[in-house]
This record gives sequence, C-alpha cells and structure tokens, in this order.
Amino acid sequence: MNPTVLIALAILFLPLLSFVFQIFIGHRIGRPAHWVSLIFIGTVLAFSISILTNAYLLHGHHVLNESVEWFSTGDFTLRLGFNIDNVAAIMLVVVSLISFLVHVYSTEYLKGDPRYTRYFGYLGLFTFSMNGIVLADNLIMMYVFWELVGLSSYLLIGFWFEKHSAADAGMKAFLTNRVGDIGMFIGIMILFFMLGTVNIEELAYEVSIGMADGGLTLLTIAGILVFMGAVGKSAQFPLHIWLPDAMEGPTPVSALIHAATMVAAGVYMLIRIFSFLTPDALAVIAVIGGITAIMAAIIAITQNDIKRVLAYSTVSQLGYMVMAIGVGAYQAGFFHLTTHAMFKACLFLASGSVIHAMHHALHKNNDHDTDPQDMRNMGGLKSKMPITFLTMLVATLALSGVPFFSGFLSKDAILAGTVAYYHAHHGWTIFLPIAGFGAAIITAFYMFRLIFMTFFGEPADKKIHDSVHENPVPMTTPLIILAILSFATIFTLPGWNPIENHGWFTHLVSEGENFAGLDMHETTEGIHHAHNTAMTISLIVATLGIAFAFVVYYFKKFKADSLAAAANKLKLYDISFNKFYIDEIYNAVLYKPFLWWCNVFSKIDWDYYDQKFIDGWGWLTLKISDASGYSDYNWLDQKIVDGIAKLTNYFSRELKQTQTGVIQTYIMGGVFGLMIIMILFQSI
Amino acid sequence: MNSHILSLLVFIPILGALVTLAYQQFKPKSVNGNNDNGNAHKWIAAVTTGLQLLLAAWLYIQYIPTAGIQFVEQASWIPQFNIEYYLGVDGLSLPMVLLTALLSFIGVVSSWNIKKSTLGYFTMLLLLDTGMMGVFVSLDFFLFYIFWEVMLLPMYFLIGIWGGPQRQYAAIKFFLYTLFGSVFMLLAMLGLYFYSDPHTFNLITLIQTASSINATIWGMDVRILIWVALFIGFAIKVPIVPLHTWLPLAHVEAPTAVSVILAGVLLKMGTYGLLRINYPILPDLVHWFAWFLALLGVINIIWGALNAIAQIDLKKMVAYSSVSHMGYVLLGMAAVISENPAGAQAGLNGALMQMFNHGTITAMLFLLVGVVYERAHHRYIFYPDDYKDKKLAGTRAFGGLGAKVPIYSAFVALAFFAGLGLPALSGFISEVMCFIGGFSVFRTLTIIGTLGILLNAIYFLRAYNHVFMGPLNSAYDDLTDMTKREIFILVPLAILVILFGVYPAPLLDMIAPTMGHLIDIIQNAGAYVGMM
Repeated sequence: MNPTVLIALAILFLPLLSFVFQIFIGHRIGRPAHWVSLIFIGTVLAFSISILTNAYLLHGHHVLNESVEWFSTGDFTLRLGFNIDNVAAIMLVVVSLISFLVHVYSTEYLKGDPRYTRYFGYLGLFTFSMNGIVLADNLIMMYVFWELVGLSSYLLIGFWFEKHSAADAGMKAFLTNRVGDIGMFIGIMILFFMLGTVNIEELAYEVSIGMADGGLTLLTIAGILVFMGAVGKSAQFPLHIWLPDAMEGPTPVSALIHAATMVAAGVYMLIRIFSFLTPDALAVIAVIGGITAIMAAIIAITQNDIKRVLAYSTVSQLGYMVMAIGVGAYQAGFFHLTTHAMFKACLFLASGSVIHAMHHALHKNNDHDTDPQDMRNMGGLKSKMPITFLTMLVATLALSGVPFFSGFLSKDAILAGTVAYYHAHHGWTIFLPIAGFGAAIITAFYMFRLIFMTFFGEPADKKIHDSVHENPVPMTTPLIILAILSFATIFTLPGWNPIENHGWFTHLVSEGENFAGLDMHETTEGIHHAHNTAMTISLIVATLGIAFAFVVYYFKKFKADSLAAAANKLKLYDISFNKFYIDEIYNAVLYKPFLWWCNVFSKIDWDYYDQKFIDGWGWLTLKISDASGYSDYNWLDQKIVDGIAKLTNYFSRELKQTQTGVIQTYIMGGVFGLMIIMILFQSI
Repeated sequence: MNSHILSLLVFIPILGALVTLAYQQFKPKSVNGNNDNGNAHKWIAAVTTGLQLLLAAWLYIQYIPTAGIQFVEQASWIPQFNIEYYLGVDGLSLPMVLLTALLSFIGVVSSWNIKKSTLGYFTMLLLLDTGMMGVFVSLDFFLFYIFWEVMLLPMYFLIGIWGGPQRQYAAIKFFLYTLFGSVFMLLAMLGLYFYSDPHTFNLITLIQTASSINATIWGMDVRILIWVALFIGFAIKVPIVPLHTWLPLAHVEAPTAVSVILAGVLLKMGTYGLLRINYPILPDLVHWFAWFLALLGVINIIWGALNAIAQIDLKKMVAYSSVSHMGYVLLGMAAVISENPAGAQAGLNGALMQMFNHGTITAMLFLLVGVVYERAHHRYIFYPDDYKDKKLAGTRAFGGLGAKVPIYSAFVALAFFAGLGLPALSGFISEVMCFIGGFSVFRTLTIIGTLGILLNAIYFLRAYNHVFMGPLNSAYDDLTDMTKREIFILVPLAILVILFGVYPAPLLDMIAPTMGHLIDIIQNAGAYVGMM
C-alpha cells in the first residue's frame, strides 16, 4: 500500500481511537488519560505537517487521490476515498494544529471537571469527523462526516448539559444545521443524477466537457442547494442563529469548533466544489456572504459578553470568506480561512483565559452572581494577565486588518475581490464592497472596544481584580504559538514583504479554476487591478475604526452610554443589541406555530380521525347489530315466529270449543262431513 | 439437515411451547407451592429462541446470495386443492428471518421480569414466533395466509392480558384492524387461485401464470382488484396512513417485548407481503401504482414525524416514529420503476435495508423505553395537562438523567441518533438509498420527503433534551443504571446498528441479487396497459 495512504488513515483514525479510548477506558484512569489523546493528536499533527511538506515539494501534484468501494448494488455504488491536494494538506495542518493546541489548553481549563475524560473523547470524535470532511473525495462521504461533525458539535456545546441553556443550544445547533443539510443532500442528489457521480473531481470533469441543454440552470440550482449546507455549518444568514448560542460550550471548544475549524467547513466545501459553481450560484453566495458579514458585525458592536462579541465576529468573518468565494476570489477565501483560524482561535483561547481567571477570582471571593464573561465586570486586566493581553492584542490587530499581521493580507485580498466584482458587474454589486469595507471598519471598532473594556481602564471591582492571576503554562503556550502564527510573515515566507502575500501559501494554493462559466483569468486580473485601491481603503477604514474605539473607550471623550442612547433615537442600539430580532422572529413565526400545528395534527390523528372516524365504524357496527338484535328478537322472533305460534294457539283455542264431549254432536259432524265428500266426488 | 432446516426454524418454538406445557403438567410437586415455575418457563423459552437464533445464523452462513431460492422444502399438503407445504428463502426473506430470530430471542430475555402468568405469556410468545417465521419462509399463499392468521391470535392475548391499562381496547382494535385486512387478503388469494390456470397457491408458479389472467368483475380488471385487495391487507400491517391508528395504541399498551416484536417484525410483514406477492406476481401493476405508493410513503414520513413531535409519552413518540420510518420503505419500493438502473437499485435495496435497520433501531428504542418504564413506572416526557397530581401537570417528567445513569443515556443517545438517521449508523444508509431511489423518479415528492431528515431530528432531540439534560429531577435521585441483562440484550442490536452503518456491504450483498431479479421482473413487465 502507498505509505501516504497509511499516513492519511492514521490522520483520520487516530482521533477516533482517542474517542473510543476515552469513552470506554479513560474514565477509569482519570486525569492522566489525557496523555493518550495528546499523543494521538500530536501524532496526527506531525503526520499532517509531513503531508504539507510533501505537497510543497510535489509542486501542484496530488499528494493522494485514492478510493475504495464502500458498498454496491451493481449499478449503484458508493465509494470512500481520500483526495489530498494542496488545499486539503493546508486544511489538515490547520485542523490538527488547532486541535492539538486546544487539547493542551483544555488540560488546564477543564481540570477537575467530573466528565474530564469524556471531554477529550468528544474532542477526538470532532477531530476525526473534521479530518474526514477535509480528506473526502466525494460529496456523499463529505456529507457523512459533515453530519458527524454536527454530532460532535452537539455533544460539545451541550457538554455541561445540566445547564438548560447549554442543552438547548446544542439542540438548536443540530437542528439549524439540519435545515441546511436537507438542501445540501438534495443538491447532491441532483448532481448525482445529472452527472452520474458524486466524486468531486469527476463532477468537475463532467462539467468541463460540457452539458446538455438546461444543464447550467440545473447546475445553478444544485450549487445553491449544496451551498445551503454551508449556510448552516458556516453560520450564514439566515441560519446563523445557532452559532452565538453555541458559546454555551466550554471556551476551548468554541475556539476549535465554533471559530477555527468546523464553521469553516462550509467555506472549505465551497472551495472544493468551486470549479463547478456557476456564476449565478456564485452571485447568490456572494450576496449571502455580504449580508452575513455586515449584519453580524453590527450586532457585535453592542454585545457585552466577551464570547458573544467574538462569536458574532466569527459569523462576520465567515461571511467574508463566503463572499470571497462568491466573487471568485478563491485563493483569498481560503487564505482568510487559514489566517482567521489562527487569530480567531487565539482570541477565543485568550478570552477563555480571561474567563477562567475571572471565574477563579469570583470563586475565591465567594461571588456567585457576577457573570465572569461580561466585559462590564472586567477592566484593567492588562497588568494582571500580560501574556493573555499581549497575545490577544496581536490577534486583534490581525482581525482588524492592521499591516504586518496576517488578517491584513487575507482581508485585503477579499476586499480587492469585491471591488473587482463591482468593476466587472456594476449595479447592485456595489453592495459587496460596501458590506466588506463597512464590516471592516466595524470590526476594528468592536475589537478594540473589547480590548479596552477588558484590559484597560479602571477595574470594575477592585477586590476581584486583585485576585485575578495569569493562567499556567498549558494555557498560555497555545496563546503564544497562535499569536506568533498571526503575523503576516508566517504566510509570506520565504518572502519577507509583510504587505505582499506572495509566499508559500500562494505557491501552494492556485487562484482557482471554474468550468461552469466563470472566466477565472479575467477575475484574477480584476483582483490584481483592484489590489491597490482595496488596500488603501482598507487601511483607512481600519484606522478609523480603531481611532473611534480609542476616542470612546480609551480617552473616553464620549460616553459610550450616551452614544448608545443617541443611536437609540432611531432604535439602532436596540436592533443591534437584540440581533435584529431574528431569533424572536423565528420563534414567533416558525417554531411556535410549528409546534402548535403538530399538536393540532396529533389531535386530528387521534382524537378526531381515530376516535371519531375509525371507532365510528365500530360504533356504527354496534348500533347496527343492536338494531338487528332488537329486530331479530322483537320483530322476527316475538312478532313473526311467536305470532305464528299465537295464531295456532288462537285457532286451537277456538276449535277446542267443538270438542263438546256430546256423542250426538260428533255423529252429526261425521254425517255432514260424509255428505260434503260425496257431493264433491259426484261433481268430479 | 439442509433439507429441513426451515421447518425446524419454524416449528422449534412450537416444540418449546409443548415442552413448557409438558413441564407444567409433570413438574415435580414442590412443597412450597409453585414459585419456581416462572423461571422454568422463561428458561425454556430462552433456550428455544436461542437455538432458533443459532439455526438462523447457520442459515445465513450457508446461504449463497446469487443462487436464488434456497433450502427449499416442497411437499403436497392438500392435493385436492393443489395446496403445498412449500418453504424457501431468498435475499428478500433471509434478512427478515434473521431479524425475527434475533428479536424473538431478545424479546424473551427482555421479558425476564414478567410475573403475571408466565406459562401463558411464554407459550404465546413462542407461538407468535412460529407464526412470524412461517410467514417469512412460506412460498405457498395458502400456507402464508395460515401463518399470517396464526400470528394474530397470540398477539391479541399478549396485548390483551399482559398490556397496559387500556390493553383490552388496544387488543381488540389491533385484532379487528388486522382482520379487516385479512378479509381482503383472503379474497385476493382466492381470486388468484381461481383465475390462474392451473389453479395454484404456489407463489413462484403464480409469477408465470398470473400475467395471463384476463377477466373482469363488474367491468373491472380482476388483476387490479386483486392488487388493491392485497394492498389493503398489507397496508394495514405497514401501517400506511390513514390505516395506521391501531399502531400507536397497540405499541403503547403492549408489554415491552411485544412492542419490540410488533414494531421490529410485524410491521415488516406488510412491506414484505407487497414485495413477495404484489411485486413479482402483478409486476405491470407496480408501474401503475408506484406513484401512489411514493405519495403514501411521503405522507407516512411527514405525518408520522409531525405526530411524533406532538407526543408527550416516550413510547407513543417511538410508535409514531415507526410510521415515519416505514414511509422511507414505501418511497424506496416505489422507485423500482426508475428508468435509471442506479436509482431503481438504490430504491429497492434501500427499502429492504430500511426494513431490517428499522427493525434493529426500533427494537432498541422500545427496549430502552421499557428500561425507564420499569424503574419510574411512567414514561412521560411531560406530564399531561390532566395528570392526577395537579402540581405536576404539564411539567417536565424527567430531566437530567444524563448525569445519573450514564450507560442508559449513552444507549438512548445511540438509538435516538440512529433513529434520526445519523451517518455511520445503519438508518442513514437505508434512508439515503430510499431517497436517492425516490429522487430518480419522483422529484417533487422526494424533496418533500427529505423534510423528514429535519422532522425526525426534532422529536428525538427534544425528547433527549427533556429527559436527560438539564438539572437532575430530584424525584429520580435513586434511579439505577441498566442491569447486565439489559445491556446484554442491547449490545447485539447496537453492534448491528453501528456495523451496518459503517459497513453495509454484508447486508447488501445478501439481498442485492434477489432485488436485482425483482427489478428485472418488474421492468421487463412494462407499464400496465389494461385489458388485452
């Protein structure tokens, strides 16, 4: 067997082994059991890096593309296979790196939890499923792991299931994702029957050799339907509602699943199928991404829970990536996925560090009412937690799009894509750059708001502030590593120019191919032309956003409250704070009426249909048999049968009177009778 | 042994029942009364069904998928009417035989705590076993019908005597519903017999001869009348909405083991009958009827799921989930007419796999509901609004069991996720195949049907949320986790659910040749063209 196949199998199944071990054996060992997971995931990381190195050396050839038959009925066959191209190789490293760092971090964060080993098992299950998505060479296999990722997300969001909110959030995530998955599944079926395969490369090939009449329309529909899966998993409008609630899970989980990797699976899937997405489908994708980017950013401004700010920021950044795919900025979309994974994981783990420290400080002061995640209860933590502060600052700079940090390069590339798209299409497409730059300015603002509220200013409570401490090494090391990975140079090596993204990444990831009608050459040209414009504007907006945050939250030139009150004259604050009321609308328009209707249906099914209609037949039968019983006895028996008897009785009673016992009468009767007979005979 | 293995398989439970009766008659007189009786009865039943399971396993090992009907036993039974004792298995019946043997054994072991009149209970269970097994191996319609009716009687008593509070109502409802269907089946059987030439009940011969039936009754084609009559008979067993309302009641009132067998085996007899009799014997009418079958399938999926969402009784919820899941079978079956060979094969194979997989999954579900019912003596998700304790009415009945009984909650999670069609568990494969098959012919209907993917998840997750999550309800502070016996009966089912989810090839290889043959029969017959 090809040794790469063995490595790929190890990458896939070692995390699953970790899951099995922790579930069946781990809880008997207790805390040291985490070493098994650490070693397994560490090995996966090492293998992934070896694959990426291999990919770099192979210059654009597939590292691995092999499949085996899963099951077959003769003409209907499904296969399982690996397809490791450069994109997959990078994604594998991203997933296993962050998974490994989160494992390390969790040994401290989850210390003392009664279900400690189970937690590591779930992390293993997640890593297994996520790597499955990355490796899959066909859409059905991807769908399989897609759902399994949903399962591990469900289990991890609801890990502290004793809390109602955590349990509900897990369920909401799973169900919301399933809405998208239905679309994805239908899309896959359309592709299967239209092109005769579910293998991604074969699909691309089939599209490239041309299609029958009307094929493009159907391909557009299929593309949009498959994209629905990404709308669910990557938390795009209108299915984004589950992601902020998913913050109920332990914070390292939020970093791994709900920021860096799983939510990026939707984007990854779009990258995989990019070559056969039609321009019309891409336009829909771009618009959804744009709406998501700007909407979530607006919501993030007013949130006070540190994790919620980051959650909406994640939604917004995922919107960017999706928008990038939509405008044809294939490379930029995947680039942003990669850089975002690093700095957003860093942000979440840093916020976890803050929450962990706050939690312990509150605990020490016997304060069980204060919310350790509310930024209004923080402030001035800079000196107390220097490593957390510095790493978070680096990641914030990256997210805000400041030069020298990775986010600057990738976000800039996306914005160039939107500008180029507008140049090519005009009209309504102006919305895309507006959404992009608008979200950029807001992002810079709310991230620095978060930094100032958390780390600067006066502490909200002196006593608690005094008991806050920096966290131990297992928690700070991942932060430092991720912060280092948020610098631009990491991605431009071997080049050193931090504002030019040419390096190993662009060497590995092409600018994409499209066989469904999008001219990639033209698109790429457009993006290159728009590059400088986009960079200039994005520098300006980042500066503006940061400056505004400085003015409000650092120098406190304006009171944030009075600003909010002013904005609220037009209900702007309320709309943002209440997340555009989307949850409430869904609840009132969809969920509640749906449950109400289910109850009605159940009533119809049982109380009316069965009890009235079906049992009505029984009732009718009983009535009929009652009636027939009644007539049988009262009429047939009592009247007719007994009537004949009565008649006989009557006549015999009447005739009885002829029996007088007088012999003369009898003789007279006999003579009369004889005479009658004789007369009768004579007449014959 | 080869030549009589099927007879042995069918009648070994009867032997067990006779042994039980003989034991009862001649048992050593105990000084302390008869308190050891129950033990003997259940052990005899367990050994009997255990042997049957071994026989079934042996059958599976010996079976050659590509060799058509095997282990045939054929003898003249009532020669005056050309009635035969004709047994055999192919890829259609073998999975059902295996399922029956497995669930009968599990049913017996899960009845270990039955106290009320064990003699009657276990002999009835064994008699039921014979009936079910007989239905799946009979290749003579008359024999098939006999076994079909044999099954009805023990089921009536099992529900009516050992059931819940409404057991008598449930039993009579079940009995009358099924008997109503049987009347139609009887008419169809007689119709096939008298109109075929030569007169025969042989289901294999009828495949050839039934196509030449050319007659009318009241101006209607006899073949259509036969199809419809058979369909009504089988539809009640499936059950197809709107003939389904016996099911929730019977499942809820029946004791756990009987619910397992009802949902796991009896429901499959409906679709099995369609595939065994309607499909090959009247193949052209399949084309005529497929659209309607798909429509009914989708109605089943949606209606069953919507009703399951509204239930507050776990067992009733699981019962309605069966209605929904059997809908997938109908949709897959309807796809047999697909012009796309991949679609037709995916549909029909998916349907049969779904029959098997639903058997194992729903058995797990009912067993698990039984576990909690045995401990808590109720199985409400929410107490009903008119609950006797006014304070509890409308509130969460359980809550937080996840931390208290981890093994139980893990099994329930597995069963629930299998029920909602999670990949890597068996239900997913068969559901996907039914959908893919359905989609190749009935685009719109199948798209509506895929809503089931979401709806099925809603009720399972809601139930899991309310029963296992949240803070622990203090009423269940001393709830105990599953016993070794309970784990013992659930593990084999769990293994099958995972195995056929990850690697369905063994199951599929067993059935695919037979299904392929059936597809050929139907596709070669062409669409129904009416009277010649």
